[in-house]
Amino acid sequence: MHKQVLALILWGVMATGVFAADAQPVSADPALEQRALRLTNELRCLVCQNQTIADSNAELAVDLRKQVREQLKQGKSEQEILDYMVNRYGDFVLYRPPVKAQTLVLWLGPFVLMAGGLFILLSFLRHRRKAEAAAAPEKLDEAARMLRGNGGSS
Amino acid sequence: MTRYLVPLGIFLAVVIFLGVGLGLNPREVPSPLINRQAPAFDLPQLHATNRRIGPAELRGQVWLLNVWASWCVSCRQEHPVLVELAKTGVVPIYGLNYKDQREDALRWLQQWGDPYKLSIMDREGRTGIDYGVYGVPETYVIDKAGVIRYKQIGPLTPEIVRDKILPLVRKLNA
Repeated sequence: MHKQVLALILWGVMATGVFAADAQPVSADPALEQRALRLTNELRCLVCQNQTIADSNAELAVDLRKQVREQLKQGKSEQEILDYMVNRYGDFVLYRPPVKAQTLVLWLGPFVLMAGGLFILLSFLRHRRKAEAAAAPEKLDEAARMLRGNGGSS
Repeated sequence: MTRYLVPLGIFLAVVIFLGVGLGLNPREVPSPLINRQAPAFDLPQLHATNRRIGPAELRGQVWLLNVWASWCVSCRQEHPVLVELAKTGVVPIYGLNYKDQREDALRWLQQWGDPYKLSIMDREGRTGIDYGVYGVPETYVIDKAGVIRYKQIGPLTPEIVRDKILPLVRKLNA
């Protein structure tokens, strides 16, 4: 009984996956299709900002996919198509924004943060080692007393 | 003392960054078209489809290009603001009817009023792409030389018209 229910649920889940697969407009030339796919994976859909144009089903993304294919067919280079997009939508359409004065924080920020973290960690460790070294002589004395068996009260 | 100051400083920096980040609207992507020539188009008019128009013909005046569609919900919300603005006659508004059906667009204007000098039909959405449209409604302020001076993404509100659009139009007309 449980198994049957489980099978039914599983079937349902898998079936939705099947129905959800959308037919994509694909051009006949597989090489061109490959390039189009690579390009559209580099471009951000501005309607649903965390998806690429290749992934998104927003109408604008569909139109832009069409644009990319058309321009590739016209023999435009990949850089030309990326420039076309940047001219209209700005650097934000690129998933890999160019290194510029404006994007310097974006590119260097993580490294600066990591360097800062390392610096804090190292200075913390150095402090601790110093504190341990300072405490060491007394501890050695105490240990020696304990070993002799007359530590504490005599 | 520095033991406490350093983490506190880091904490404050994070708070400031997050605070600024929360205040920004990720939907508003600055347009690279600002201060550039308005992209050319040659499209049929919505009412008189046998007549075509492009930005070259609108040179010599400051004008608004408002991208709208009958299927666009926020356009409905924005519409009364445009109708009011059109009544003042301060600045001509041209509509770019974006990826719409002609009959739907005409019915929409009939129902809610037509604030536009005329509307231009961008059936395929190509001109929309040239203008970097990604969230209808959008409004462009274009100066006498045909240069885009301002872009509003999303619906116009009376406040935006009063504080941004009208002062800019006045300045460009001066």
